[in-house]
Amino acid sequence: MADIHNFTLNFGPQHPAAHGVLRLVLEMDGEVIQKADPHIGLLHRATEKLAESKPFNQSIGYMDRLDYVSMMCNEHAYVMAIEKLLGIKVPERAQYIRVMFDEITRILNHLMWLGAHGLDIGAMTVFLYAFREREDLMDVYEAVSGTRMHATYYRPGGVYRDLPDTMPKYQPSKWRSQADVDRLNDRRRGSMLDFIDDFCARFPANVDEYETLLTDNRIWKQRTVNIGVVTPERAMQLGFTGPMLRGSGIEWDLRKKQPYEVYDRMDFDIPVGVNGDCYDRYLVRIEEMRQSNRIVKQCVDWLRANPGPVMLDDHKVSAPKREEMKGDMESLIHHFKLFTEGYCVPAGETYAAVEAPKGEFGIYLVSDGANKPYRLKCRAPGFPHLASLEEMVQGHLLADVVAVIGTQDIVFGEIDR
Amino acid sequence: MSSRTETLASRLTARFAQELRPLPALPNEVAFEVDAANLIAVCRELRDNAELGFEQLIDLAGVDYLDYGREEWNTLASTATGFSRGVNRIKEHVSEETKKPRFAVTYQLLSISNNWRLRLRSFASEGEPPVIDSVVDVWASANWFEREAFDLYGIMFRNHPDLRRILTDYGFIGHPFRKDFPLIGNVEVKYDTAKGRVVYQPVTIEPRTLVPRVIREDNRYDQVLKEVPVGAAASPANR
Repeated sequence: MADIHNFTLNFGPQHPAAHGVLRLVLEMDGEVIQKADPHIGLLHRATEKLAESKPFNQSIGYMDRLDYVSMMCNEHAYVMAIEKLLGIKVPERAQYIRVMFDEITRILNHLMWLGAHGLDIGAMTVFLYAFREREDLMDVYEAVSGTRMHATYYRPGGVYRDLPDTMPKYQPSKWRSQADVDRLNDRRRGSMLDFIDDFCARFPANVDEYETLLTDNRIWKQRTVNIGVVTPERAMQLGFTGPMLRGSGIEWDLRKKQPYEVYDRMDFDIPVGVNGDCYDRYLVRIEEMRQSNRIVKQCVDWLRANPGPVMLDDHKVSAPKREEMKGDMESLIHHFKLFTEGYCVPAGETYAAVEAPKGEFGIYLVSDGANKPYRLKCRAPGFPHLASLEEMVQGHLLADVVAVIGTQDIVFGEIDR
Repeated sequence: MSSRTETLASRLTARFAQELRPLPALPNEVAFEVDAANLIAVCRELRDNAELGFEQLIDLAGVDYLDYGREEWNTLASTATGFSRGVNRIKEHVSEETKKPRFAVTYQLLSISNNWRLRLRSFASEGEPPVIDSVVDVWASANWFEREAFDLYGIMFRNHPDLRRILTDYGFIGHPFRKDFPLIGNVEVKYDTAKGRVVYQPVTIEPRTLVPRVIREDNRYDQVLKEVPVGAAASPANR
């Protein structure tokens, strides 16, 4: 009789379904997973150590690069931690802008997740649909911050600048006729808020489109229903947050339970799953996109009606205006101090958490009173999720590993940091 | 301080009069310190006591207090030394205060049933390596968090089922987040054409500091942390 051994399979780190650089060492019995050992750290950049060597404001950009598909939410947690230690209050308009961009980011993230998850388990079209809408939101990012992804838009004390009155427009070229350009620019004639408003109006129909492709799709259900089931008790034990926790039926959302900024004034619902499988988590995220859209719409309406400052008027923390800096000695000193030395944050410790698209993104900040953080720890939601991968895939088939990686919404920027 | 955090703090002090010591914290945050010897018993109780109900370990972070409250800017010599502008990079890294151990582990706990948070800090034992009990048996999520703290700070977690490096490279030497580990590292890699493979060699770049680390006393912030006396930043006793 043949000698039968378990087979050890190396999955990744370069694999399209590894969502970046995940290396999995799988021990297989036939096609059934016996053991899964994720090897991470291939994207480790020591963000936290780098942040400890720089003044506070210079690390905002690093936060974008943690979870690089939900950029502004990471910035949000970081600036919130600094604001807590400084004891400063952000202007109301900036709070609304932050909430609006957090939700835009959530839609961006969930669209990316939906497209990638779909591709991983055999649905091609939804990827193209999702990226169509993502493009519009990326343009919003670009309009407000100048970059499509790594915005560095939030600052301690507010946001970098107010919302622009115009959207960037397409230019005619030898590849694009005037008629094409006119069609593409049709939605971009008004202000940025008009553009977002228009997006909010069309987006629910787009989500319906994704759902017609997937929700009742037999193949989709075969790939996701009863795959990677996590009970509510285990979900809490394993440190799950966000859609992973809600998919298991626990109604927990920091935006509702521990509201920050102006979330307590927003009208939205928290979707919760029943079975804790991949399909429920899919439904939760789909509904979250719809709810985020509602929040964005409410923010747009408020922002239209209420102009005001978007940055704290305290030049110990925020830079003075350029005209002031050129004409006023004290402003010049403030400007010079801020950009050569930064500001000192009073000694103390804090933990600030936001409901990022993937779960709770937290910043644990220790300051000893210097102009640089003494210790910065980013609590990445994906980290405990991936740690539970072995438990979630045990006894499943190899192909289901891909479904579970997809449902966890893994991004290595935040896991490896 | 809101009533919820007060409720939590009073319950904790009532239940753990001996074991827990309050730490200075911002309003709306609760922080306590626990001795390493009591850590597991306290954590178990925190989880199982319904009045406290900390079902989740949200985060676990190692902290190295070696350089706490130290500046690195020698202002007097700053004009004479060119580019590095008087930065006195802390070389000897001798802890002024030897009474307190160097490495702490901070636990961020969350209670979903009661909707409150707690930060718990515990110092690992002195000596090399620093040792502390693992809380994996209390919260399963501690597994990777402790592996990370071990990897980056070299803190040994007693009774951890699988204490391997997690973030650094295979075969990495040292614990990179320690304050005496240089930011630029100790080794760099390059492709060796003669050997036909990637090799390690000592770093060839110079460490440099663009913005020195300074601590400025600022009386505007005295209100923020009421519990901490003025000048707490500079004195390690209050850390």
